[in-house]
Amino acid sequence: MKLHKFKSSEITPESFYINRREFLKKMGIVTGTAFTSQNIITSALSYTPETERKITPYKFATTYNNYYEFGTSKSDPHKNSKDFITNPWDVKIDGEVENEITLSVEEIKNMIPSEERIYRFRCVEGWSMVVPWLGFPLNKLLKKVKPTSKAKFVKFTSVYDPDQMKGQRFPVLNWPYKEGLRIDEAMHPLTIMVTGLYGKELPNQNGAPLRLIVPWKYGFKSAKAIVNIKFVEKMPVSSWMNASPNEYGFYSNVNPNVSHPRWSQATERVIGENIYSPRIKTLMFNGYGDEVAGLYDGMDLRKNF
Amino acid sequence: MIKIFKPTIFVLCLVPFIIIAYQILFNKLGAEPVKQVTHHTGEWTLRFILLSLAMTPLKNITKILAWIKYRRMLGLFAFFYGTLHLLTYIGLDYQFNLDPIIDDVLNKKFIFIGFAAWILMLPLVVTSNQKMVLILKQNWKKIHRLSYLIGIFAVLHFIWLSKTIFFEPLIYLIILITLLTLRLDFIKFLLKKKSVT
Repeated sequence: MKLHKFKSSEITPESFYINRREFLKKMGIVTGTAFTSQNIITSALSYTPETERKITPYKFATTYNNYYEFGTSKSDPHKNSKDFITNPWDVKIDGEVENEITLSVEEIKNMIPSEERIYRFRCVEGWSMVVPWLGFPLNKLLKKVKPTSKAKFVKFTSVYDPDQMKGQRFPVLNWPYKEGLRIDEAMHPLTIMVTGLYGKELPNQNGAPLRLIVPWKYGFKSAKAIVNIKFVEKMPVSSWMNASPNEYGFYSNVNPNVSHPRWSQATERVIGENIYSPRIKTLMFNGYGDEVAGLYDGMDLRKNF
Repeated sequence: MIKIFKPTIFVLCLVPFIIIAYQILFNKLGAEPVKQVTHHTGEWTLRFILLSLAMTPLKNITKILAWIKYRRMLGLFAFFYGTLHLLTYIGLDYQFNLDPIIDDVLNKKFIFIGFAAWILMLPLVVTSNQKMVLILKQNWKKIHRLSYLIGIFAVLHFIWLSKTIFFEPLIYLIILITLLTLRLDFIKFLLKKKSVT
């Protein structure tokens, strides 16, 4: 299969970053609020940055979204989330812990500085983006509580608010949206809680005010608008597992060798490319195998899809 | 009337093609251009299949014979958009790489049934002209009953490719069931009885 290789000239143009920094400066001067409270580290990268693929244009990352709470069409979240209120917002961390806590998003942002992470984002539908997220390793937040010996998994619950979220008025999924990770996956340094993207506040359609990103898993694992993080003993049943258990497994690691029952996962379409661009090959663990393959040693990934 | 209507409807049937051609030429397809073209052509194929299937029931209900004059044209437009849909998938999406296409057709039921629907259209297209109607006589009707199967396959294709139960495929399913039910003899009988009394 012919595949598109990116030339070095196609990697993020420098001007993009210059604009972004200027934007940050402006934000600081003009509004002086929300954003300056977020302590952003851009230099201290603790992961291998993206070098092969270019960053998806901001326009597409923020107008082409799967966020069924706001509607099932890709353009719905952008259209229907404009008035969504994300402040005040509390996140409760509880379950099998010695000291459950409730923190506001502001408190979390002040406590843990965000850094930029440029990750590949692969949707189970067979398309992908490269997004510069702002966020912090989830483990920094989870360390605020002491899990008991019973805790084996972490369950994430998104907000339930059908008054503000049109899509929740229909039983498309069993609301509120639920997702889960094994504790070692949740504690992995690549797993981040996202507070922004492209140097900006996280837009509502991308899961504001706080969402998960697990870059080696299909996009739906990365729950949006999280209100509860619960340590649990048993493997949680995610909303998609509940909707179609033979199609969406608990692990849902990006895997070109295990096809979705209805379509192949061997290749993906790059968002923002023109109509004549070919698909590119999907990489095992979305290209993060060096970092995460060890988590699944000895596991049959065909069975544990 | 038919002399004015038919060309007008022909041009109207081309509008979806003009829209997508414009979007391709002027780069207005958005984040996933290939998917956009695939969806657009696929959706219009399904609409034209259902429109062509609607003509006979409309004739029966309204007692206006003219509906039948548009049936062939609508059916041929279904084939036109269906072929564009198939070409988009083979040429633009998979760039004529036959291995993944064959793999898809054999292993993915929504692709298999979509492909089957297109194949079933071929005998209808070949036998669509007036000459063939005369040559085939009673067999022509039998061959063209394939259109019911094509309708069912096309709707299944849409249902099976959807991630969860969506409204759109369901709406098409309801329309299809309605159109096929109207062809059942006892329903026709009831309709006739009603119009007599």
